Amino acid sequence: MDPRINVVEKRLEKIGKVIAVAGGKGGIGKSTIASLLALVLADSNRKVGLLDLDFTGASTHTILGIDEFHFPDEDEGIIPPKYHGISYITIANFTQDHAAPMRGLDITNAILEILAITRWDELDYLIIDMPPGINDTTLDIIRLIKNIEFCIVTTPSKITTGVVKKSVDLLQELNIPILGILENMTFPTVSHAKQIFKDKYIGMIPFDESYEHAIGNKDKLLKTAIAKTLRNFTIICDKMC
Amino acid sequence: MHEWALADAVITTAKKVAKEENLKKVTEIVVKIGELQTISKEIFDTVLQDVLKNQPELLKDVECKLEIEPAGFKCRNCSHEWLFREVKKELDEDETESIHFIPETAHVFLKCPNCKSPDFEIVKGRGIWVDSIEGDK
Repeated sequence: MDPRINVVEKRLEKIGKVIAVAGGKGGIGKSTIASLLALVLADSNRKVGLLDLDFTGASTHTILGIDEFHFPDEDEGIIPPKYHGISYITIANFTQDHAAPMRGLDITNAILEILAITRWDELDYLIIDMPPGINDTTLDIIRLIKNIEFCIVTTPSKITTGVVKKSVDLLQELNIPILGILENMTFPTVSHAKQIFKDKYIGMIPFDESYEHAIGNKDKLLKTAIAKTLRNFTIICDKMC
Repeated sequence: MHEWALADAVITTAKKVAKEENLKKVTEIVVKIGELQTISKEIFDTVLQDVLKNQPELLKDVECKLEIEPAGFKCRNCSHEWLFREVKKELDEDETESIHFIPETAHVFLKCPNCKSPDFEIVKGRGIWVDSIEGDK
């Protein structure tokens, strides 16, 4: 018997809302939105955690400007270190930011280990940065985190919306709550997402050239158009609490 | 230490099994400790006893038997098989500590000794595993 599965619920019991930031494709801004959502929430005095489960493409630490990797402190488990007021766990703490070439079962085991040994403080929100698509990580967090809710990221492209639609349909079939669908990197002439996702569509984030220059700097990140849009999203999140 | 969280998982599992099997007493828990996670029997026994201090009557006289399971790998690329103890000395302190926290980081720090691929399977001896739970009805 794997004992770890039996303590996951207990480890998450002090967390109000667990939000997985997901989307069907890579490069559409999931890590950006997860990181900035955590920053915006922390900046609004919410107690917030960020868990980067994109093991093969972990990048939230780059966005947040964290370039030193330490093992977390231990006290009856591991205690997430705090950066910018965010309790933060990433695989990069354990890989020393090297590539992590893991297959499905390894990913499942690593997720389960992190969930079983991490002692999150009392949190209003735990934001999870997900890898692209419906895959082992998605199926694992649906299986392991009973109150998981999804924030879905898409882009205006038909290529993305087509794939994201399939993910949304699957989550809805499984009765997994979707907080809303954010359309990222929009530009004025094209938007398919609003028609496709209808009432689940909660807003667009215009392509923001300033973002690249803000990466790694908390104050600049909080001034981006992305952060401004996400402040509205946090109001939606709060209403649903 | 983070071993406490794993010991807590073992005891939580024993209570769950006791409830499912209608056990009035849990008499024995056999735990396998995968060598890859580099947790010593003595340390895990100490944290198990610590977790057991604040448990219900159900677990009052339980005996915890701990066994170390050797860790072994099989390369998916060339089918070569090897043991963790053959390559452990190649890891530095931080790499060993990483694997201690998350055994799957072995894929970051270890390679197949034959073809140098990181694409190998952890065949046995990964981490903490409850082998059996015995009790009285």
